[in-house]
Amino acid sequence: MNDLATARPAETDDPPGGPGASAGAAVALERVALRYGDPETGTLALKDTELAVGEGEFVAIVGPSGCGKSTLMKLISGLNPATEGRVSVAGEVVTRPIKIVGMAFQNPTMLPWRRTIDNVLLPLRIVRPYRESFRRDRERNTARAEALLRRVGLHGFSRKYPWQLSGGMLQRASLCRALIHEPSLLLLDEPFGALDAFTREELWGVLQALWMDRRPTVLLVTHDLREAVYLADRVVVMSARPGRIIFDRRVELARPRALDDLFRDTAVQLIHDLRARIEHFQLDETAGDGLEE
Amino acid sequence: MKKLKELNWFWSALIILGFFLIWELVCLATNMPDFILPRPSQFAVVLVDQFHGIQRHGLQTLMTTTTGFAGGVLVGVIIGAIIGSSKVLYNACYPMLVGFYSIPKVALVPVFVVWFGIGTVPAILTSLVICIFPVVVNVATGLATTEPELEDVLRALGASKLDILWHVGLPRSLPYFFASLKIAITLSFVGTVVSETVAANLGIGSMMVLASSDFNMPLVFAGLVLLASMGIGLYACFAVLERRMTGWAQRKTEFVSG
Repeated sequence: MNDLATARPAETDDPPGGPGASAGAAVALERVALRYGDPETGTLALKDTELAVGEGEFVAIVGPSGCGKSTLMKLISGLNPATEGRVSVAGEVVTRPIKIVGMAFQNPTMLPWRRTIDNVLLPLRIVRPYRESFRRDRERNTARAEALLRRVGLHGFSRKYPWQLSGGMLQRASLCRALIHEPSLLLLDEPFGALDAFTREELWGVLQALWMDRRPTVLLVTHDLREAVYLADRVVVMSARPGRIIFDRRVELARPRALDDLFRDTAVQLIHDLRARIEHFQLDETAGDGLEE
Repeated sequence: MKKLKELNWFWSALIILGFFLIWELVCLATNMPDFILPRPSQFAVVLVDQFHGIQRHGLQTLMTTTTGFAGGVLVGVIIGAIIGSSKVLYNACYPMLVGFYSIPKVALVPVFVVWFGIGTVPAILTSLVICIFPVVVNVATGLATTEPELEDVLRALGASKLDILWHVGLPRSLPYFFASLKIAITLSFVGTVVSETVAANLGIGSMMVLASSDFNMPLVFAGLVLLASMGIGLYACFAVLERRMTGWAQRKTEFVSG
């Protein structure tokens, strides 16, 4: 497909750990490839992807559009099986959808026939051990969901139906749904992608606070470099399709971070570096077919 | 909101009354003989005077229709759920379904009569067969068009196929299901009456055939009016049920934006 990208040596000044280093990781990808459609001729979305994420680490994944960032999320959650290589979460190889994960997508996909609170409670009806005692613990569950909704600024909207909420409100609710069953791994696929700048920046703060409460492992796919630097412990850059990790850098900013921290030299320099790496690949891609996801 | 709803009822009733009033006036003005087109006031009188006799036939038709309808819906939902959950089955079964549906149901009545004799059974079967198709098509469409994103929400939580059907597939296809119920219940009456006119001694269909052979047109029309009102009644029942259960899918009037 794109031999240029694969032929170029990886520019990784902080190389991701090899197969050995991923042993104790919360999420580990080893030489992972994924091809959509036909196993021989289908689109190669990912190739030789190596990634190790530590327990409780917040990692942001950035890259040019169509580089397979969302594919990576589907692989880790087990929604799509890998064509080659090995994906493991908490030491277990992923072969089908895993249960300890919370997900939020760019599209909040609330079930339209459930009120906001019932949408947030949905994971508790599905995931063990909550599902067995869902009816018995109804009150406690509801109180927890209400508390979460209050934290994201949706107090008083729990009885509304999804179509009565704005895009930003839906995304807040979607965040609550991803967190209600206290997953140890949180996969966020451009959760704030469709929001206006002000709402987005407000939700960064909300997400940071929620993460600092319980410190789940988080993988955040985003195309907003400021978002990546604000939220993540580590930012990883993917190459153009077939995607591969080419750059991996720690964010040296103390927590909790404020929006002003993004104007510090370290942050500005990092954003600049990240942008340069991505542009590098987008120049080669101008002739390519911009297949999304 | 409330006011608007009351207004709707009011207009519906007014239109029905107006329709009968114009009918009455046209008949009076043209001096229409009642064995060709009776006046509404004439068959209203028949409906009241002979209520006891008509009621027997009406109940028979109502029972037959609802039994056939219930059976048809049950069969329809099962077939619909099966072929709706698989694209291959959906495409493979469609031509045969259309083929079955293209057969005029009247043509089936003699077959049923040979198999089960004259009476209630062929009428139930006719009304059952006639309402299977719309239910199958709607339930299957509802399931087949469920957005994969909605299913992914549950799949990402490790939900089983049954969980997904219960929490996503079925609620998602409820609006389609109710739409099909409203079609099916009216079709079901057609099936029953068609069968009764051909092969039964009881029921509105057979009553109308007997009445028309006596040129008792007011009684024939009384039967028609009774059929129409039973149809409206059951339709309204399902409309109310639909609004209660699928309010989320009908949200044109009230809208709160954030």
